[in-house]
Amino acid sequence: MYWINTIVQGALVGGLYALFATGLSLMFGVMRIINLAHGDFIVLSAYLAVVVMDLIGVNPLVALAVVAPAMFGIGYLLQRGLLNFTLGDDILRPLLVTFGLSVVIENVLLEVFSADSRRLQLPWLETSSIQLGDRLAIGLMPATVFVVAVVVIGAIEFLLRWTALGRAFRATADDTDTARLYGVNNRNIYALATAIALAVVSIAGVLFGIRTIFDPTIGPARLLYAFEVVIIGGLGSLWGTLAGGIILGVAQALGAAFDPSWDTLAGHLVFLAVLLFRPQGLIPKTFDL
Amino acid sequence: MSLLLAHDLVAGYADFQALFGVDVTIEEGETVAIIGANGAGKTTLLRTICGLLRSRRPTDIRFGGTPIGALEPEQIIELGIAMVPEGRRPFPSLNVADNLRMGAYCGRKGPWTLQRVFSLFPDLAEKHSAMPPTLSGGQQQMLAIGRALMANPKLLLCDELSLGLAPIIIRDIYGAMPGIRAEGTTILIIEQDIQRALRASDRVYCMQKGRMTLQGRPVELTRDEIKLAYFGV
Repeated sequence: MYWINTIVQGALVGGLYALFATGLSLMFGVMRIINLAHGDFIVLSAYLAVVVMDLIGVNPLVALAVVAPAMFGIGYLLQRGLLNFTLGDDILRPLLVTFGLSVVIENVLLEVFSADSRRLQLPWLETSSIQLGDRLAIGLMPATVFVVAVVVIGAIEFLLRWTALGRAFRATADDTDTARLYGVNNRNIYALATAIALAVVSIAGVLFGIRTIFDPTIGPARLLYAFEVVIIGGLGSLWGTLAGGIILGVAQALGAAFDPSWDTLAGHLVFLAVLLFRPQGLIPKTFDL
Repeated sequence: MSLLLAHDLVAGYADFQALFGVDVTIEEGETVAIIGANGAGKTTLLRTICGLLRSRRPTDIRFGGTPIGALEPEQIIELGIAMVPEGRRPFPSLNVADNLRMGAYCGRKGPWTLQRVFSLFPDLAEKHSAMPPTLSGGQQQMLAIGRALMANPKLLLCDELSLGLAPIIIRDIYGAMPGIRAEGTTILIIEQDIQRALRASDRVYCMQKGRMTLQGRPVELTRDEIKLAYFGV
């Protein structure tokens, strides 16, 4: 029972990791940009939630209703005003620019909010749990995070598969010039992809901030998790991303059950094993390449 | 007023000029073919018309009187110029029906719908949920033409329709042209197969080294004239 409990808790955490990874996967899928500032945007949205909560005194989930559209807007403007100019044959340019962005965001957050750890308080959600059988209980918070991850990923899959905008995303990823021939404004499509990616990031960031403490410097570690999840799951497959998140979460939980200092290490080992034995990821791509 | 008017058109790539003062006039409802050897500038001309390449001056090309030389491809299709690109270029991760729907992305209204395209090319109807890489070359060409028709263009640009296809398939593809013309669509075809071009068109241009060397109705042109314009010997 102890092991089942560990695996279930790990899988639920995996939902959060999948949310971390979804935006990264979307931006890479549509534009071939690896956004090195991805983790810092997670932290930025958690701090934006802090600001909104302080200003209008609401709980974190209500704050998200303000933060998500704000991050959507930031993503759109970021892509239109900056990242679109880095696209081209040289893949180093977006890497360098987003790396710089990562440093800038982290230091601005340090300047404004100091290095103190913060947390988004939502006591009833954190402490409630659902009893499943005698010795298995799952927290309401991890369960909520997992359900949100499934819903968000399902929504984005629906968008990509069944809407005109989704077709335009896939067509642009396939062949930008030909997509433009049929009326796709690629600069706008890119901006919308980043906007959606950062809106998802904001959901991940706020849920993360409710779950655990954060400070301005923890972004790069979240980027690493997100990156591992994308690779484990398979580039360009969002359901694969969910599976990758679950695998990383379970690996970390099992590692931690074995020895508390092993949780991150166990995750990295699984990631390395996937790179070695199945570099294309678990589930092959669905919408690009 | 001519539908398309290119006058003294100069265009090319970053470090390489491909068109040296090209003149082309296309009237509404015509089917015009451009023939010429490899490297004559035919594809460059089409890429410039549809906006993938810029002409030197915006007014080098006019469509229905409007200068389009400075417009982006996504603006030009909204005016009603659709391209069947060289190499067909289907979107590999979209199935046949979704590829066709991408053609309608610009939102132009007209006679061409998914159903009409499927009845023009029954092969595509059968394969509507297939992925493009699994189609034959001829089916991919039908897909490329169908996708362009979905934009309900006034002017359809076709780049090398017969390239790499078996003669019997080429006949099928060209067999669809009368149905497209019947909707009043003006067609500009680029073709290396001279006989095919002469039979399919109302008027023929011949290009050589980035210039127009000959122009006329197929019945009025002699073999020797064409040979001279084509090869320059």
